[in-house]
Amino acid sequence: MQPKDAKTLTELLSGTELCLLRGERCLFRELNFALSAGELMLVQGANGCGKTSLLRAIAGLLELETGYISWQGVPTTKDRQSFSGDLVWMAHRVGFKGDLTLVENLRFEAGLRSASLAEIDAVLDRLRLSSLTDLPLRSLSAGQQRRVALARMLTSDARLWLMDEPFTNLDRDGRMLVEDLISEHLAADGLCIVAAHQDVRLEVPMQRLNL
Amino acid sequence: MWKFIHKLASPPHFYDLAAKIIPWFAVVALALIAYGAVAGLFLAPADYQQGDAFRIIYVHVPAAYLSMLAYSIMAISAGIGLIWRMKLAHAVAAGAAPLGAWFTFLALATGSIWGRPMWGTWWEWGDPRLTSELIMLFLYFGYMALRAAIDDTAKADRASAVLALVGAVNVPIIHFSVEWWSSLHQGPTLVREGGPAIEPAMLYPLLAMIVGFSFLFGALLLSRVRTEVLYRERRARWVRNLLLPSGESA
Amino acid sequence: MPGLWQGLRSIVRRDLLLAWKRPGDMLNPLFFFAMVSTLFPLAVGPSPEQLALSGPGVLWVAALLAALLSLNSLYLSDFEDGSLDQIILSPQPLPLLALGKSISHWLISGLPLVIASPLLAMTFRMPANTTAVLMLTLTLGTISLSLLGSIGAALTVGLNRGNALLSLLILPLAMPVLIFGARTVSLAAADDAVAAGIYFLAAYCMLALSFAPFATAAALKISNE
Repeated sequence: MQPKDAKTLTELLSGTELCLLRGERCLFRELNFALSAGELMLVQGANGCGKTSLLRAIAGLLELETGYISWQGVPTTKDRQSFSGDLVWMAHRVGFKGDLTLVENLRFEAGLRSASLAEIDAVLDRLRLSSLTDLPLRSLSAGQQRRVALARMLTSDARLWLMDEPFTNLDRDGRMLVEDLISEHLAADGLCIVAAHQDVRLEVPMQRLNL
Repeated sequence: MWKFIHKLASPPHFYDLAAKIIPWFAVVALALIAYGAVAGLFLAPADYQQGDAFRIIYVHVPAAYLSMLAYSIMAISAGIGLIWRMKLAHAVAAGAAPLGAWFTFLALATGSIWGRPMWGTWWEWGDPRLTSELIMLFLYFGYMALRAAIDDTAKADRASAVLALVGAVNVPIIHFSVEWWSSLHQGPTLVREGGPAIEPAMLYPLLAMIVGFSFLFGALLLSRVRTEVLYRERRARWVRNLLLPSGESA
Repeated sequence: MPGLWQGLRSIVRRDLLLAWKRPGDMLNPLFFFAMVSTLFPLAVGPSPEQLALSGPGVLWVAALLAALLSLNSLYLSDFEDGSLDQIILSPQPLPLLALGKSISHWLISGLPLVIASPLLAMTFRMPANTTAVLMLTLTLGTISLSLLGSIGAALTVGLNRGNALLSLLILPLAMPVLIFGARTVSLAAADDAVAAGIYFLAAYCMLALSFAPFATAAALKISNE
């Protein structure tokens, strides 16, 4: 066993010798990373280079060819459920039912997580969604829907945020909102991995991973 | 022992080992089938009830037996591939499926041919064995169709493995259901269960045919799996070395 | 750790809510069931003996086809709008959520068929004493179909022409149900013992209940990659 130095003690999330195949293509191999509390990892690269696949593999939606992800020192394959409880996933597709209203959607997700919606009003206020609570999600604009996805992050107490292209469809105010939320989350000892093809300027401890 | 199995799971070793085994299997198969065919078709005495028509059991019964054996092999190797993530196991499952389907079809065809002189029709729903085999054919078709519908090989492997395992659980249930269903009407059956004891002159050729067919299946399966392995590993170095023996690069 | 019961209730509730907003989900299988049941007498003629004889079989096949039709969309919208990602990643065990979806599928597509079956049985001149057996067998059968069918739906979600493939995959699984369901009702019409058939259907249903959610969960993870 290697002696643990101060840095590894706070490393909550790590990937070791990751290799991923998509079809016949090898997206990346021998990829290693480690993320500590309060850190942001920015995954960058051109379209189609595997940013989304990497995030999906970390989340556990994709199977890795070789290698493993560790959360709090334990490989995630050992206890998938508890790892899932510690993360929130924000994909390119919003992941809500268009026929249901905002509140109905959030209530469903809260039921899955046994979370309470007590602070939902404050969250909706922050995200400027308060006036849209009774409309079916289908009738909201793409930008508004992305902000609803942010509500998912805010109503859970998960430590790890995985965000795939979170700035899509957002105007300048929306971008700033996302950046603020990320900063606050990191300040509260959370972790965040963001895949984006544009740069993110934030005053936070940040690692970059270029695919 | 583990080392042997571990070595076997590596595609290039399997490729070589299989190449050595196939000729032996083929020879044994040929010998047994030759004996079984000659003894069964010509030497065994005619059945006291069915005359010479019964001789088709020398093809029908082995084919039916192999259709089930092939499915078992398919399901077991699919399960091994899914649980232990062994690529070779998936290749075996992929190779076994079409063979199993062909044996099933053969069983159905010979069953139908047998039925014609006995029942006067080409198809008899009342026969549980025939109906079960038909459903078996659908199971094979479903497996192969699912594989074909998914482009990514690894994904196709795993999805069809789930299907094969679910089907495996269902096969005994299907047999039982069809038996019960046909027992409601006392229909004619092809092979009388617990009927008059089959005499040795008839039995030995039948056993020879069954074992011979099994070896034939083994040889064909190994051959198919070799091809599968070659295709799946086509980018690997050992395949390139194989195909370009002079050592030139592609 | 979130309560399992709460998780199950959440997903059943969500799907029922969705069906409420899209009544077609419930009405389509029902109309299909009624339609197929009406097509048969039109095609084979109105002779009462023939109808009474073929009634159980026709109703059962119609129910099977209606169930197949509705299974195709079981996971489709979740897959397309990204909800499936969230369902797979929820801290709830995935087999539990798959079970929940099967339950809601049955409530939406299976239960209406059971309720409508006595009416249709009447049009087939089936004797009144068979109604109870018909409803019981259809209940057990449609529950089994919802459970087993979700495996096929999970395997084929997101595939082109997944529709036809789904039917092919589910057919062998559905055959024991069809055989025992239809024949048991025929036996009831002939005043024969129906216990064996009903026990079998119940046993098959239990078997499906015990392994289908796990198979569906495995299939969902694979298909969602």
